[in-house]
Amino acid sequence: MNITLGAVVKGGTSLDYKTGSWRDQRPVIHEDLCKACGQCEMVCPDSAVYVKDEIYVIDYDYCKGCGLCAYECPTEAIEMVPEEK
Amino acid sequence: MNHIKVVEGSEAVALAVKACRPQVISAYPISPQTHIVEWLAKMIADGELETEYVRVESEFSAASVISGASATASRSYTASSSQGLLLMTEVLYASAGLRLPFVITGVNRALSAPISIQVDHQDTISLRDSGVIQFYVESSQEVYDTHIAAFKVAEDQGILLPVMVCMDGWILTHSYERVSFMEQGEVDSFLPPFQPVNFLDVNDPKTWGSYAEDDVLMEFKYAIHEAMQYAKGRIKEIFSELAMVTGRDHGGLIEAYRTEGAEMILMAMGSMVGTVKEAVDDLRSEGKKVGLVKIRCYRPFPFEDIWNAIRGAKVVGVMEANFSMGSEGAVGMDLKAKLCGRPDAPLVLDFIAGLGGREVNKKTIGQIVQKAEEVLNSGLPLHEPHWVDLNPAILP
Amino acid sequence: MIVSLQQITRKEALFVSGHRACHGCGMALAVRHILKATGKNVIVVTPTGCLETFASPYGYSPWRVPWIHHLFENAPSIASGVAAALKAQGRDSVRVLVIAGDGSTFDIGFGAISGMLERGDDVLYICTDNGAYMNTGGQRSGASPTYSSTTTDPAGRESLGKTQMMKDLPAIVAAHGAPYVATASVAFLKNLQKKVKRAMKSSGPRYLQIDTPCPSGWGFPPERTLEIGRIGIDCGLVPIFEMENGKITSTRKIKKKIPVTDYLKAQARFKHLFADDRGQAELHEIQAIADRNIEKYALLRESGNK
Repeated sequence: MNITLGAVVKGGTSLDYKTGSWRDQRPVIHEDLCKACGQCEMVCPDSAVYVKDEIYVIDYDYCKGCGLCAYECPTEAIEMVPEEK
Repeated sequence: MNHIKVVEGSEAVALAVKACRPQVISAYPISPQTHIVEWLAKMIADGELETEYVRVESEFSAASVISGASATASRSYTASSSQGLLLMTEVLYASAGLRLPFVITGVNRALSAPISIQVDHQDTISLRDSGVIQFYVESSQEVYDTHIAAFKVAEDQGILLPVMVCMDGWILTHSYERVSFMEQGEVDSFLPPFQPVNFLDVNDPKTWGSYAEDDVLMEFKYAIHEAMQYAKGRIKEIFSELAMVTGRDHGGLIEAYRTEGAEMILMAMGSMVGTVKEAVDDLRSEGKKVGLVKIRCYRPFPFEDIWNAIRGAKVVGVMEANFSMGSEGAVGMDLKAKLCGRPDAPLVLDFIAGLGGREVNKKTIGQIVQKAEEVLNSGLPLHEPHWVDLNPAILP
Repeated sequence: MIVSLQQITRKEALFVSGHRACHGCGMALAVRHILKATGKNVIVVTPTGCLETFASPYGYSPWRVPWIHHLFENAPSIASGVAAALKAQGRDSVRVLVIAGDGSTFDIGFGAISGMLERGDDVLYICTDNGAYMNTGGQRSGASPTYSSTTTDPAGRESLGKTQMMKDLPAIVAAHGAPYVATASVAFLKNLQKKVKRAMKSSGPRYLQIDTPCPSGWGFPPERTLEIGRIGIDCGLVPIFEMENGKITSTRKIKKKIPVTDYLKAQARFKHLFADDRGQAELHEIQAIADRNIEKYALLRESGNK
């Protein structure tokens, strides 16, 4: 990649780096148990949980599989399963 | 239309800075820079200068404050000396790397230890690797004019580096000379408001200060080197442009003084140049073919201009008030490095003079000239730097 | 550049995915919520540290606010310069934020923060505290807890880790006369946001210290980041409070006090205290620290109160 003046970089460009490749386990949201409280979205350090059509969805491009969402879910609606290679 | 006043050198600096309309000034006092920041503070307190003056707790913070201000699109200024400049070193390297323009006055003073407040150039010379552009001035008039040019150089969109105007402590800062001042309108026309290429902007958020892996770091550093190479030509243009407005031409990257047909050329920077010019005049009137190259811009090192002035001479006597411990004087090293391998290069002799404020007068210069003549006549090279006026009797 | 679903659906996010923080990083979580609370009209200054490193490899930036990293020890002074420039330019609506680690805040940048506080510069200084120089492998800082093992003050046959107390930065900042000083934790994210919003409402130098547990450095599984935060609060070692003009105006009460050993046993950095007979006196000392905090900040709910 070319160098820029003073090493200035445009904001938001980290989206080009898919941290999803870091996972060895992945969260699966069981919609029947999900209350849509939003706790998972709150606690994800990587902003990898979001709302789509009123349903909470994991962005597997960036989810690192840390397990915080599953651990903090009040209804245990999220299950961590081993990542398939 | 210039108006003339007898002022202390420090006041000339303060008036130059004021005329350039900085938005942020931050400085920490250290002798012999102190009068500059005191003059500026008084101007602000009397409502004569509108600026944000941030009174910091150390020189490290002073340089940092103006770096932050420059990154936020404000023209900024600081000044320091000696220990304070060294404390700023990390900041100056980083700001050069981030391409943050600002102007800093480097008031020359010896470095501890032992502590000394007298003048030499070790402090600013120690910063020569940093990417900061360095000018050295001979007189209060030159210090006034050069500060105004310095802002234009720093902010040039092809340069964007900090610029340091180096002036001898006490000799220039605390003595009184006649200085001719520009009208504010003239300064405003010469130096329009700061237009940065990058700045911290909520409407276009950018990330400034990434870490660089080994696949890009060398190129970032090379870019600074390229900017400095480009700066050589642009600095000359800016100095000429200012000279057209003021009617005062101090020269370009160097001033070649009576170098035509010279067999021996002395090389110096800072206020000692004034004395060297007088010595050159005396020697010329005795029939000796001696000239002087005054270095005005030390970084980037103006080799091409120096070469044009010294080619044809037999010997160059570099006089410098600094020493790179374990090697020799910095300017001597720079010159020898560039001349290395050139078949028609003159002999370069390195003279260390004036450390810790030891006086450099015509007698000193006479000794240097004599030594240089001895070397030339004997054919024996003088590889080691010669410490002029050293008193071996008091060495342990 | 590939356009992700995120860019389309969550345009307002100011700290986006793709940063290289460790799994479960408390600091990254804190930064998300700090910027949710401040909104986009901020310029952020970060010194060298974990945050700077994981959030600025060249070409990959998660920051959707203007952000600058200069050096390790000068974030407060850079911020002072940014604030001075904004003032000179009359741009009042843009605010200045420092987000700095404990290494910079407690140690190498201590002089600079003192200057910033003394001058009264309009900067909100947020310290995300993970108790060591985690970026470089976990060397000890002035914020490392007593008897934690760090790589430059490790537990060994002749040592049980750091013997000094953790520097009381909130008290030091308050002693400078800063109008708003608070502590928070990623264990309580809405409370964290509330404090940031409150701090943004006033001007002058404001300080917020956020406990950001570090799975990699403290030695616990990454899914427990918030839980470790909660345990730290409930045993009294991590007091959560607000101070305005030198007076405590709010504290997070502990519903049910738990012994410090619950906190210490959960982290590898304290495991040496349980390895053999040696750590007993030290465990008592740590409990005493927690008890002193509980008393000083009145952290326990009084009986009979809800």
